[in-house]
Amino acid sequence: MGEADAAELSSEEARDAFHDALLDDDPTALYDRAPCGYVSTLPDGTIIKANATFLTLTGYERRDLVGRRTFAALLTAGGRIFHETHYAPMLQMQGSARAIALDIVCADGTRLPVLVNAVLERSGDGQPAVVRTAVFDATDRREYERELLGAKQRAEASEAHAVALARTLQQTLIPPTPPTIPGLDVAAAYRPAADGSEVGGDFYDIFEVATGDWVVAIGDVQGKGVGAAVVTALARHTIRAAAVNQSDPSAILSTLNTVLLHDDTDRLCTVTLIRLRESGGTWSATASCGGHPAPLLTRAGAAPRPLSAPGTVLGVLPTIATTDTGATLRPGDSIVLYTDGVTEARRAGEFFGEERLVQVITSTAGAASDTAAALLDEVIRFQAGHPRDDIAVVAIAVPQAQGRA
Amino acid sequence: MLFAHGFGCDQNMWRHVAPRFEDRFRVVLFDHVGAGGSDVRSYDPARYTSLSAYADDVLEICHELELHDVVFVGHSVSSMIGALAAVEEPGTFDKLVMVSPSPRYIDDDDYVGGFSESDITDLLDSLASNYLGWSSAMAPAIMGNADRPELGQELTESFCRTDPDIARQFASVTFLSDNRADLRRVTTPTLVLQCTNDAIAPIAVGEYVRDNLPDAQLVLLEATGHCPNLSAPEETASAIATFVRG
Repeated sequence: MGEADAAELSSEEARDAFHDALLDDDPTALYDRAPCGYVSTLPDGTIIKANATFLTLTGYERRDLVGRRTFAALLTAGGRIFHETHYAPMLQMQGSARAIALDIVCADGTRLPVLVNAVLERSGDGQPAVVRTAVFDATDRREYERELLGAKQRAEASEAHAVALARTLQQTLIPPTPPTIPGLDVAAAYRPAADGSEVGGDFYDIFEVATGDWVVAIGDVQGKGVGAAVVTALARHTIRAAAVNQSDPSAILSTLNTVLLHDDTDRLCTVTLIRLRESGGTWSATASCGGHPAPLLTRAGAAPRPLSAPGTVLGVLPTIATTDTGATLRPGDSIVLYTDGVTEARRAGEFFGEERLVQVITSTAGAASDTAAALLDEVIRFQAGHPRDDIAVVAIAVPQAQGRA
Repeated sequence: MLFAHGFGCDQNMWRHVAPRFEDRFRVVLFDHVGAGGSDVRSYDPARYTSLSAYADDVLEICHELELHDVVFVGHSVSSMIGALAAVEEPGTFDKLVMVSPSPRYIDDDDYVGGFSESDITDLLDSLASNYLGWSSAMAPAIMGNADRPELGQELTESFCRTDPDIARQFASVTFLSDNRADLRRVTTPTLVLQCTNDAIAPIAVGEYVRDNLPDAQLVLLEATGHCPNLSAPEETASAIATFVRG
């Protein structure tokens, strides 16, 4: 500040204080008793100057340092590597480095956590001349950072644990590979929403009740996470248990509805059930829908059509209205069950829709694994790789050359 | 000529050296995965558990660009990455230049690498502590390049872009590696450049590298520190030029 600046100070007191400071703060005191350590080094790191604050902080005598030690030599060995690989190159290339965290080994062997700022001064011809470094005691700050870092690491670990738990839970609700039904070609595809870190609400199950008597279930429990997973597990086990004594899919759905109502959950659930029975080498399918999209039956050479009529959502009303619809399956026929993550997949206000669904089914008809895989791929691609809802698909095809059974 | 940067920085480390060879060589620069402008998505923690994975990347670059009679110039850890690549495919390389190399950073019986395992733990702490600061204060001051502001900007961005997790693993892989036994298998003629007062690779380590390579010469630079490519680019470039000419 010059006289001109001083004149701009607002009050008489401020002007007096400014003049006092000018007289009292001689340059030596400004440097030596600055509220941070100052160290000047040659480009090779040799210390050529250090202020009193730095000596107090570190406990060194001026004669121990000046001309004798490099700044890097005062650091811990690990810090020296960081100095050589990060800090020095940065200083060389950028001409400065800021807020670098280092540990200085003090004269008594203790470690002093510091934050340093440094600038590289160049001579007239552009050659590095001197490095000026300001050193701040960062003991408390570093302790706090360590706690933060520890908290961050614990948070990351517990997140990883939660993701692993979700995956494990998901695998118990979704068979990793569907079972083989002798005489039928069965495939399934599943993809949880987003990154799969949360347990989804979609599920499917394929199980054998007796020889030649199978149940295929697909469903969607409202919501996500552990709460949804509990209801999903309940739904799966209820269906499995009910299917032993009850033959008609609608009766099984009715039992499930009762169980859901008596359970302490207010989550809705939609399920489509198909009972597959084999007799004399011919398979028949009986389907019922509880508020869930109807399965699509594709006769060899024909267009897909819904196999059953719509029905009531489960877990809301004491009685439900559902219908059992049967069909005899012939070689070349196929059935596709899916969740609304397929048809209601959205892209800029547009739905994937039934038309695209029918297209994929038609183009892959006859091969269950092709249909399931293609449908999943198309729906994910439709949403540019980021499905916002779970997607579940089960495809069943009657092979053309049945021959056996 | 293929220039490879070491741990902690990116290909900018060669900005004062590499251009001097452009008249006589096809000069190729790259960033190791995780550093500088590389695509961090290609980093697979399960793959980059040893320096061989980085050596494979070097060979991939050679194949992709159809490079032959390569003069490979590696700084710091990239010296060993180059050695591994040359052992794997000797036919691809004409010469190797190792700038401030060390085949083993940690002391082992009679061998003096200069560090102990706990020093490396210190380094990892130091990295964590500094990345913590960087991620929360992403506005580094750019001083000293007033005449070329774009330089500071570019460098700062590339420095800050180093992924902390990758840097941490690269540090472990680098400083815990032991490539002493690989040196004997390098048949490519090699120049070892060593600085005086290198806190990371002392002169004795440079001599060890020379003595254990079948065909090597050691040139001691007047430059100090670990990065002569930055602190003494002329001296470094001249030494390399003499070697590649000879």
